[in-house]
Amino acid sequence: MDHVQLAKGLLLADPWTIPPDPQQAPDQAAEYNQQVTRFCTDLCNLHNQNPNQLLQILIRIQYRFGWVPYAAQSILSNDLKIAIGEIRAVIAFYSFLSSEFQGRYRILLSSNITDYMLGLDNVITACQTHLKLSPGTVREDFKCSLELTSCTGLCDQGPAGLINGYPIKHLDEHRICELAQLVDAGTPFNQWPEEWFEIDCGIKQSGTLLNTHIQPGNAISKWLDKEPETFLEEMKQSGLRGRGGAGFNTYEKLWAACRNASGDQHYVVCNADEGEPGTFKDRVLLQNHFQQVIEGMTLAAWVVGAKQGFVYLRAEYAFLLDQLNQQLERYRQKGWLGKAIGGCLDFDIQIHMGAGAYVCGEESALIESLEGKRGIPRVRPPFPVECGYLQQPTLVNNVETFACVTAIAMAGAEQFAQCGTVKSSGSKIHSISGDCSRPGVYEWPWGISIREVLHQCGGENAAAVQIGGPAGILLPKSQFDRTLAFEDLPTGGSLMVFGNHRSPIDIVSNFAQFFAHESCGFCAPCRVGCRQMQHFCQQLQDRQIGSSDLESMKTLIPLMTQLSHCGLGKTAPLAIQALFEHWPELIKEAETTTDGLSFDLQKAVADTIAATELQP
Amino acid sequence: MSQVLTIDGKDLAFDSGDTLFDVAQAQGIYIPHLCHHPDYPPQGNCKLCTVDVDGQSKCACTTQAETGMSVQTDSTTLTEYRRALTELLFSEGNHHCPGCERSGNCQLQATAYAQGMTYSSFKLLNPQRQIDASHPSVLLDRDRCILCGLCVRASAQEGKHIFTIAGRGSDSTLAVNSDSGLLADTNLSAEDRATQVCPVGALMVKQQGFRIPIGQRIYDQGTIDDLGNRRPQYHSPKSKTARIAGDSDD
Amino acid sequence: MTKVRVSTCSLAGCFGCHMSFLDVDERLVDLLERVEFNRSPLTDIKACESCDIGFIEGGLCNQENVEVLLQFRKQCRYLVAVGACAINGGIPAMRNSIPISDCLEEVYLNGKGLANQLIPNDPELPRLLNQVRPIHEAVKIDYFLPGCPPSADEILNMLQQIVDGNEPSTSHKNIRFD
Repeated sequence: MDHVQLAKGLLLADPWTIPPDPQQAPDQAAEYNQQVTRFCTDLCNLHNQNPNQLLQILIRIQYRFGWVPYAAQSILSNDLKIAIGEIRAVIAFYSFLSSEFQGRYRILLSSNITDYMLGLDNVITACQTHLKLSPGTVREDFKCSLELTSCTGLCDQGPAGLINGYPIKHLDEHRICELAQLVDAGTPFNQWPEEWFEIDCGIKQSGTLLNTHIQPGNAISKWLDKEPETFLEEMKQSGLRGRGGAGFNTYEKLWAACRNASGDQHYVVCNADEGEPGTFKDRVLLQNHFQQVIEGMTLAAWVVGAKQGFVYLRAEYAFLLDQLNQQLERYRQKGWLGKAIGGCLDFDIQIHMGAGAYVCGEESALIESLEGKRGIPRVRPPFPVECGYLQQPTLVNNVETFACVTAIAMAGAEQFAQCGTVKSSGSKIHSISGDCSRPGVYEWPWGISIREVLHQCGGENAAAVQIGGPAGILLPKSQFDRTLAFEDLPTGGSLMVFGNHRSPIDIVSNFAQFFAHESCGFCAPCRVGCRQMQHFCQQLQDRQIGSSDLESMKTLIPLMTQLSHCGLGKTAPLAIQALFEHWPELIKEAETTTDGLSFDLQKAVADTIAATELQP
Repeated sequence: MSQVLTIDGKDLAFDSGDTLFDVAQAQGIYIPHLCHHPDYPPQGNCKLCTVDVDGQSKCACTTQAETGMSVQTDSTTLTEYRRALTELLFSEGNHHCPGCERSGNCQLQATAYAQGMTYSSFKLLNPQRQIDASHPSVLLDRDRCILCGLCVRASAQEGKHIFTIAGRGSDSTLAVNSDSGLLADTNLSAEDRATQVCPVGALMVKQQGFRIPIGQRIYDQGTIDDLGNRRPQYHSPKSKTARIAGDSDD
Repeated sequence: MTKVRVSTCSLAGCFGCHMSFLDVDERLVDLLERVEFNRSPLTDIKACESCDIGFIEGGLCNQENVEVLLQFRKQCRYLVAVGACAINGGIPAMRNSIPISDCLEEVYLNGKGLANQLIPNDPELPRLLNQVRPIHEAVKIDYFLPGCPPSADEILNMLQQIVDGNEPSTSHKNIRFD
C-alpha cells in the first residue's frame, strides 16, 4: 500500500463543494461525478480492491466530498465486490458518514453533559439566530448543517465541536456570530482565526508517563537483543492492568494468551477510539507522547509475534492523523518501524480511522470495524487474543496501556510498580472536567482518593462525580473518601465533577441520550432498552412519570445489565441505578400522583390545534 | 460422548461443539427464542434464550456446552426477563395483531402468550418505517420486523444475499441489497427460505389472507412451549398447490 | 347485600368489546343479582359515579377520551383495560406513524370528492391527540384483558374474580391478541 498517499491528512482547507443539480447544471454535475469516480477508483486501487478497507475508503470519500455520493457507492460496490446494500448499511451505521450532502460546512456540536454545563444551550440558540440552523438540519442553501454529536474529547475546553473535522473549542454566542460570517462567505479554513483550532493539551499534573519523552528507539533498543520471554516476564512483574477501563491483567489475559495462540499472523491493535464521554487523556498522549505508544506497540508485536499493527483512531481525532503519520514515517526512516527493526523484527503500524461509533471502543466491535464492517460486537468467546482481526490472534490495548509498556521497558517493572496500590500498579492519567477550577489532564499513582482529586483540581464544592464516564459510576458526596483503583473505583480515565447546583436527573438523562444514540442495535435488550431509558429520563425531567413507569424502569435495569450482548448495554443503566440508589427523593418529586396524567395533554393536542388554525 | 453437563437438574451428555441450545433441544427441553434457527449460525441477538449457567446469564444459542456446567433454563427471574424482553420488542415496532395476517402463526405473539404478557409496560415507540410492497409475491412490512437477522442468514446460505441489517441502534432497519433498495429488484422468491424463515409478519407471501381463519392457526392449537417455533409454509400465490400448514422446523 | 357497582365505556374503540360482553347471554341475568351497572351503554347513564370496577374499551385518540378516562380513574376502585385498543391503541393507532396534520389534511382538505373543504374547528369538538395512546400511559390501570375482542368468557371471568375479591388472573392459555 502506498503509505505516502494514504498518510495524507483527511481535512481539506476549502469547504466542500455543493454537488451540482443534474437537472439545472448537467455539465457541472457530470464533471462532479467524474471527480468522484476518479477519486474513488484511485482510492480502491490504492487499497488494492481489498473489501476490508471499505470503511477507510468511505471515510476518505466523506472527508473529500462532504458525503458519500451515490456514484461513489456504486464504484465501491463494483471495485470491492461488496453488495451496494452492504455499503449503505455501513454508511448508515457510522455517525460521520452520510449518503446525503451535509452542506459546505458540517458543524458538529459535542453534546456531553460537560458541554451543556459550559453553555451548549446558548451555543445552540446562537446557531439558530446567526446560522439559521437547528440541530439535525441542513440549511436550504446547502452552505452548512448542524448536528449534535457524542463527546468530542475536548471537555476541558468546551463547549466544543468539529467543523469539517477541525476541532473548535470554547464556543459561545460571539464565536458563532463570527463563524456565521465565515460560513456565509465560504472562507477557507486557513483564513479562519488560528487560535480557534489550537487544542490545549491541558496537562496539569505529570507523573511517570507524562514526564517521559523518548527519542525513537530508546525503549525498543533496550530489549530487542534479549529474548521476548524476558520482556514478557518484565510485564508479568509489573502487574500492569489495561488502562481502557476493564482493567484486565495485561500480561496474563492478553500478552501471554495472544503469544500462545496459534495463527498464520498475529496483530497488535492500539485502541485510540477514546469514546467514553469525559475522556481526553488519550488525545493528549497521541498529541504529545505518540512515540511511547509506537514503541509500546512494537514491543508488544515483538513479544506476541506480530508483523502488522493498527492504531484505530476515532473520527473525532482525524485532525491528528497527519501529525501521527509523520511520526510513523520518522520511525520508518530511522529504522524503528518496517523491515528488520534492530536487525531482527519486521513490524509496521497503520492508522485506521473510525467513523463515529462509540461501540467500536469495544475490542471485538473495533475489530469488525477494522475489517471494514459495521461495528457490531462479536460473540465471545472466542476472544480476540485467539480469534481477532481476520480470525487471527489479535492483541488490543488502550493507548495509555502501550505508553505504560514503554515506561516498563525504560525503567523496569520494579520501578514502574513502585507507585500505585497492591492490585493497581503504576500511575493513571485522568481527564478531569466539569465544575472545577482547574480542569485538564492529571497523572497520579493509583489509589488517590476522590477528595484529594477534587482538592487538586479545584472541585471542592462537588456534590457528585462521575467516574469512568457514563458507563461508570455516579458517586455522591458521601463516598468521596473512596479511591481510584481497580480494587475500589476502576476507571478508564474520565472524571466529571458536578457541583451542588447540577441536577442528577439532568446528568443521567444526558447519559441516557448518549447510550440511545450509540447502542449498536444488535441485541434487543440494549437496542430497545436504551431507547426506553431515554424516554423514562425525559419523563423524569418533565416531572411526569407514573408509578408503573418507575416499576418498568426498575425491571429494565437488571434486564439490561444481565442480558445485553456487550459492555455498552450492560453499563448503560448504571447511572440510572445510581439515581434510584442515591437520589430517591428526586425521583419521588418527579412522580405524578396516582390518578394524574403521565403525559402532557396540551402538547398532545398542539399539532391538531396548529392544523385547524393553519387552514385557509 | 464423554462430556456431561446438567440442564434443569438432569445430567446430559453432549458432543464438543454443541451449544447449550443444541443440548437442550436434543432432550426436548424448550428454550424460548426468536432469532435462532438450527439451520443457521447462531447470533444471539434476541436474548430470549438467556439461561442461567452457574449463576451467570448466558445466551443458550451462542454458548458452547462445557463439561460440568449447571444450567437452569427457567426460573421466576428468567420468566420476568423474557416477558419484559417480549414487551420491549412489542414496544419497538408497530405490532397491531388484530390487523396482521400473521396473527396466530406469529412466534413473537406466541412467545408473549407463553410468557404471560398481557400488555407492554414500555412506551410504544410507533416508529415510522418503510413498507416494501414492490415484489409481486412477497411483502416486506418493516413495522413488524424484530431485526432477528434470520432472513439475512437464510438468504446468504441460499447464495442470494438479498437482505442485510443497516444503520445503528433503534434506527437499524432490515435493508434490501438492490440498487433501488426494493425487493422487486431482487431475485427473491416466495419459496425462498429467506421468505419463509421470518418468525413474525415482516416477510409475508402475498394473497394468503385468511385462508386459515383466526382460531384455527398454529398457536391457536397449543402453546409455543409445546409446539415449538413453527411457521406456516407458504407457496407462491401463483402456485396451484397453495396451502398453509404448520411447519415444525425449529 | 349491596351490589358491586360497575361502569363501562368505549373510548377510541369500536364497541366490539361491549358486543363481545353481550355474548354472556343469559348469564347476565345471574350476574345482575350481584352487580349493578352505572355508566354504561347498557344503562345510558352519562357520567360515571363512584364505582367498584370500571371497564375501559378503546384507546385515547382525543381530549374527550382523556377526560372520560380521568373521570373513570377518579371514580373506580379498579380499572380494567379491555381489548387491544385500550392496551396498545389497536387499529386506530395505525395512524400513529403519520403526522396528525397530514391525516387531517388528507381527510378534510385534499381527499378526492370533497366539497367545502375544512378541518372541523368547532370548539365543541374534542381535539385529536397527535397519536393514539394506550390508556395505561395516562393513568394507572389495575388489570389488563387483551383480545380483539376478548371473549365473553374472559370478560365474565375477569369480572367475577374481581367481584369475588380474588386477584384476577388470565390463564396463559387464554391470552389472545387477536
